[in-house]
Amino acid sequence: MKIDNWTFGFTMVVVGMGGTLLTLWILGYCMNILKKFFPYKKEEEGN
Amino acid sequence: MVEAIGKGLYGLVDGFANLHWTNGVMLVVGLVLLYLAIKKDIEPVLLVPIGFGCILVNIPLAGLMDEGGFLKIIYDSGVITEVFPLLIFVGIGAMTDFGPLMENPKIFLLGAAGQFGIFLTLALALILGFTQKESVSIGIIGACDGPTAIYVSSQYAPHLLGAISVAAYSYMSLVPIIQPPIMKLLTTKEERVINMGVVRKSVSKTTKLLFPLVVTIIGGLIAPKGLILLGTVMLGNFMRECGVVSRLTRASENEIANIVTLLLGIAIGATMNGKVFITPQTLMVLALGLVAIVLDTACGVIFGKILKVVTGGKVNPLIGAAGISAYPMSARVVQKEGQKYNKKNYLLMHAMGANTGGQVGSVLAAAVMLSILRGLGVI
Repeated sequence: MKIDNWTFGFTMVVVGMGGTLLTLWILGYCMNILKKFFPYKKEEEGN
Repeated sequence: MVEAIGKGLYGLVDGFANLHWTNGVMLVVGLVLLYLAIKKDIEPVLLVPIGFGCILVNIPLAGLMDEGGFLKIIYDSGVITEVFPLLIFVGIGAMTDFGPLMENPKIFLLGAAGQFGIFLTLALALILGFTQKESVSIGIIGACDGPTAIYVSSQYAPHLLGAISVAAYSYMSLVPIIQPPIMKLLTTKEERVINMGVVRKSVSKTTKLLFPLVVTIIGGLIAPKGLILLGTVMLGNFMRECGVVSRLTRASENEIANIVTLLLGIAIGATMNGKVFITPQTLMVLALGLVAIVLDTACGVIFGKILKVVTGGKVNPLIGAAGISAYPMSARVVQKEGQKYNKKNYLLMHAMGANTGGQVGSVLAAAVMLSILRGLGVI
């Protein structure tokens, strides 16, 4: 698909920045879920 | 007889006769890179092989970058095939502790904001007349991540690989000079002294073990074109966290990373032949690289200010500057700047979290970018 530079640049900026932010937000959310399911135990210290 | 002697003697001065002025300039550039590496301690592990490779390739008639030449073999084997940057990624993943990031997952967002400079610089490069693929390769300098920049530019703008690599590594090492004025400009005195407290060790081993798997699977499904970038970093991290392959982890961090770094550096230097390197394009690439990192820092700090408001003043916006991938340099810059304004403020571990978030963010941003390009049909 041949697209003009203006459309290309706008798409990359909006979808690129938005996509990166959204993906990292999703990963951060997943980390919170993991921490809830696998909480830190003091017994692990020193292992 | 006399003719033969004459021709034989000419063979000894041929190199001088074929030395173009651009080769001369690049010989000096190579020497400057070596000086910066040795005397100023600026990324010596990369700049020494790059500088030396630059010197080798600018001596005429040696044929090192001709078909079958020593540097061409290294370049074709590791750069064109993308193997070198990917192997370095495995080592980077093996060296990185994502614990501070997992302690406070909202810091992931700073890792995202720290990559906005990539996309904004891409747009600027388009405006300045670069092609779409060249703009993508130039924008990726903003990832502040050498292997990512090399991976993308070797595929989509190999003629700019030398300039992009030199820009990426040079500006990464100049982060302590580039970032502080931007941090000061975009924050108030009250914001700079915000104390974020101590990072508690509250992440289980299981969470640390599952982190690379989750990032690989979810990140890979969202941005499949960049899975190889994500997957190699996370492979290294998984080996580190599983604890049962310490030999492989040590080899990835040390022997493999060191050998590949040497070969990659020489290969990058080999692309810096004066006749192709000294162009107005190269100067623009170097300038845009600086713009990318400035924009990354600015966007990170601005997002830090947003997080400060959202959390009711618990986040110090300075840590936003660490949302880039220049690890651990950027985190140390934040710590130093924080202490300047409040000696009791220890931002290092929070900044390390943002910095490792930036490492994941930079790889993800490249993956997202490549997937969008595939969606648009550009690649």
